[in-house]
Amino acid sequence: MTNMPLPIVAVERATAASHAALIVGIAIVLVAASLPWWGESSWMREFVEIACYFIFAMMWNLLAGYGGMVSIGQQAFFGFGGYVMLMLGNFAGVNPFIAIPMGALAAGLVAIPVSFVAFRLSGGYFAIGTWVIAEVFRLSFANVSAVGGGSGTTLTALRGIEKATRESTTYWMALACVVAAVALVYLFLRSKRGLALLAIRDNEVAAESQGIPVARMKLAVYVVAAFGAGLAGALYFVGNLRISPDAAFSVNWTAFAIFMVVIGGIGRIEGPLVGALIFWALNKFLSDYGTWYLLGLGLLAILVTLFFKQGLWGYAQQRWGWSLFPTQRKLLRTSPAGSTFLRDRP
Amino acid sequence: MLETIVQGVLLGGLYTLFALGQSLMFGVMRLTNTAQGDFIILGAFAVIAGVSLTGDVAPWLVALAVLPVAFGFGYALQRYVLNGTLGKDPLPSLVVTFGLSIVIQNLLLEPFSADPRAIETGGLNTQGIALGEAMSLGVLPLVVLAIAVIATGALQWLFAHTALGRSFRAVSDDREIAELMGLNAKKVYAFATAIAFVLIAIAGALQGMRTTVSPSDGPLLLLFAFEAVIIGGMGSFWGTLAGAMILGITQQIGFRLDPGWGIWFGHIVFLVVLVLRPQGLFPKTRG
Amino acid sequence: MSALLDTRALKAFYGDAQALFGIDFSLARGELVAIIGANGAGKSTFLKSLTGLVRAPRDAIRFKGEPIGGLPPGDIVRRGLAMVPEGRRLFPSLSVEENLLMGSTAARKGPWNLQRLYALFPILAEKRHQPGTSLSGGQQQMVALGRALMSNPEVLLCDELSLGLAPIVIREIYAAMPSITGEGMTVVIVEQDVTMARQVSRRIYCLQEGRVSLEGNSADLTREQISQAYFGIGEAAHA
Repeated sequence: MTNMPLPIVAVERATAASHAALIVGIAIVLVAASLPWWGESSWMREFVEIACYFIFAMMWNLLAGYGGMVSIGQQAFFGFGGYVMLMLGNFAGVNPFIAIPMGALAAGLVAIPVSFVAFRLSGGYFAIGTWVIAEVFRLSFANVSAVGGGSGTTLTALRGIEKATRESTTYWMALACVVAAVALVYLFLRSKRGLALLAIRDNEVAAESQGIPVARMKLAVYVVAAFGAGLAGALYFVGNLRISPDAAFSVNWTAFAIFMVVIGGIGRIEGPLVGALIFWALNKFLSDYGTWYLLGLGLLAILVTLFFKQGLWGYAQQRWGWSLFPTQRKLLRTSPAGSTFLRDRP
Repeated sequence: MLETIVQGVLLGGLYTLFALGQSLMFGVMRLTNTAQGDFIILGAFAVIAGVSLTGDVAPWLVALAVLPVAFGFGYALQRYVLNGTLGKDPLPSLVVTFGLSIVIQNLLLEPFSADPRAIETGGLNTQGIALGEAMSLGVLPLVVLAIAVIATGALQWLFAHTALGRSFRAVSDDREIAELMGLNAKKVYAFATAIAFVLIAIAGALQGMRTTVSPSDGPLLLLFAFEAVIIGGMGSFWGTLAGAMILGITQQIGFRLDPGWGIWFGHIVFLVVLVLRPQGLFPKTRG
Repeated sequence: MSALLDTRALKAFYGDAQALFGIDFSLARGELVAIIGANGAGKSTFLKSLTGLVRAPRDAIRFKGEPIGGLPPGDIVRRGLAMVPEGRRLFPSLSVEENLLMGSTAARKGPWNLQRLYALFPILAEKRHQPGTSLSGGQQQMVALGRALMSNPEVLLCDELSLGLAPIVIREIYAAMPSITGEGMTVVIVEQDVTMARQVSRRIYCLQEGRVSLEGNSADLTREQISQAYFGIGEAAHA
């Protein structure tokens, strides 16, 4: 046993499929960017809406799947980003498109004091606690008459702009936000910090003993997720032009995010994408059925959680090894004779 | 001011009933039921449906009939659905109960629409007992308070002095060793949820008598239940009652200051307690 | 004479890691057998397999002639096989008496009840209403032992009774052993204290890295044989 030559070890990150996917992805983005010249305006509006759902879901996935914090209150930051954008646009004369990242930043910043309160709880009670906090946000804004109180107000700052220009710019903004959000999350998770997050998620105490600053990392993830939620919110209300506390801080945002992520597979980076596409399709064709549609969504989420613990995309990954955004590292061991021996290290 | 506090205490009685089931389920199996409020509303509508289906039989009798149904429903729900979500990860139980919340709300919207309904009590909800000149205590709120105190005492007694209560505490302490002793944890959990659902049904019936209910009322009741449990401190049913009282009083004070800020004030006090004393005001410390 | 309890080529895993590599073990009625071995040798895993806390193949373990491998712990304790778990594992929310009563959940007919336990360990009667975990280590061990006895088992498994206890306390606990075995109880003790194990038991098994490295009568085995088997030097021996 001691006479075998040492195996040569290589660390492989990307599969051939994911390289192809990257090229295809870039091509899609380029084609999509040209949409305003050949597509209908309703397509652009729909894209903006689904982009918001997707970004929000991806950030919720980051928080829950990678940060290990399940929140039912991310809509607090969604609405906060939206309201800050609106206030900057209406009252401070800032170009609303520039106000979008500013709203996101504001949401990220407000997450810091919020975390002081929220982090007192953990697990299921953390989830409900974040919901209470979101309700506080909603009730607070509903009592501020300057932004229309309970019935909300309109984004007047875009009034002077021609409709076609506004729609295309909103669309490009949405596209840019999607690409930026995906790139941000992907690069973050592939980095050392991403590995640290996985360690924390798997076993906090062990991670702490390895020198990982658990509390700081959790705060970092919480702030980033809030930033992303705020980005989605600000973008949404630029597209919608009208904001109200009930729309901005509705728990349905989180419900839809949960749905998208659970269907797609939590903790997997392509999960929210798959989930968002399925959600969009269901929304398009079934939302006319109102209550039955929502009921079906709820049932689907329950069934997937009980029977497909990895989500539908996760199931595919398990079964057929599909992976578009590889954050796994595969350990390849080659013996001198040339044969390879693959062992997965998740 | 005295009247505000008294009204708050009476409201706290109702909130206690909202919260006891939550406290029980979390205490025994660390399960957070995010559909708690929706099940309460479901209970209320069950009584409403029962009353209209049986041709206006007295609502109290219908409510009593709903209780064993609730027991069986809770047992089956835990045994066949929720037991599969228990474990280290809080996500499955959260998603499943959240999904149930959506299912219940939409299931109720179909037959009942979004209009608020109430359970007719023949004027009981407007009767009052006069206390001196200035104040009058509602009869129904007093009944609610009495039921809340009895329910809390009964739960406490169950936990401390019965074999079932002992098995609840044992599986909650150490499931593996409890099974080593011969307990079937799955069945014990199911019993706990069954009892919690009886409490939920009681709370629903009383809520429907006290005020109107509509299918989407659930989430707010969940938040009240949750706040009562946290303020009171986990691990103690009397603590939950105390937390509910404090929440009720706080909300009444808030309503007094400005009707729009009542619930907001309750939320804020909850958050303050959370920051200053996260273990709650009357926690039972574990060994 | 057929064994009361025996295992054949018992293998056990924790997830992907293999802890037992094929244990052959037999226990006759009325015996007191000791299992010794270093930390991580697989002693606790072995006991957990017997009691259903760790999965095992159905036929690998037989109790009173019937295969019990992989059965739920509740079934196994009802058949008459009880365990005092490693580290006591009392229920913190329960008093001393309530902890003991938990043991009677699967009670079978037999001589052991609260009165007899209080007679055996009088200090427990004194502290019966205190929280189980407020007692000293030795007293907690008495509660854990009593809790297992309350089910009136035919075979009692004791996992590291002496863990973390002072020598005088260990002697006190083992002093109760004759009262237990005097009624005909069959006992298996897992011990790190080899001297105590040799004193108390009739036969010894030594485990080393998931395998039986030595088996024989306590009286016949030499110190040298035992320490070799304990540390894995030399080959497996039968005396």
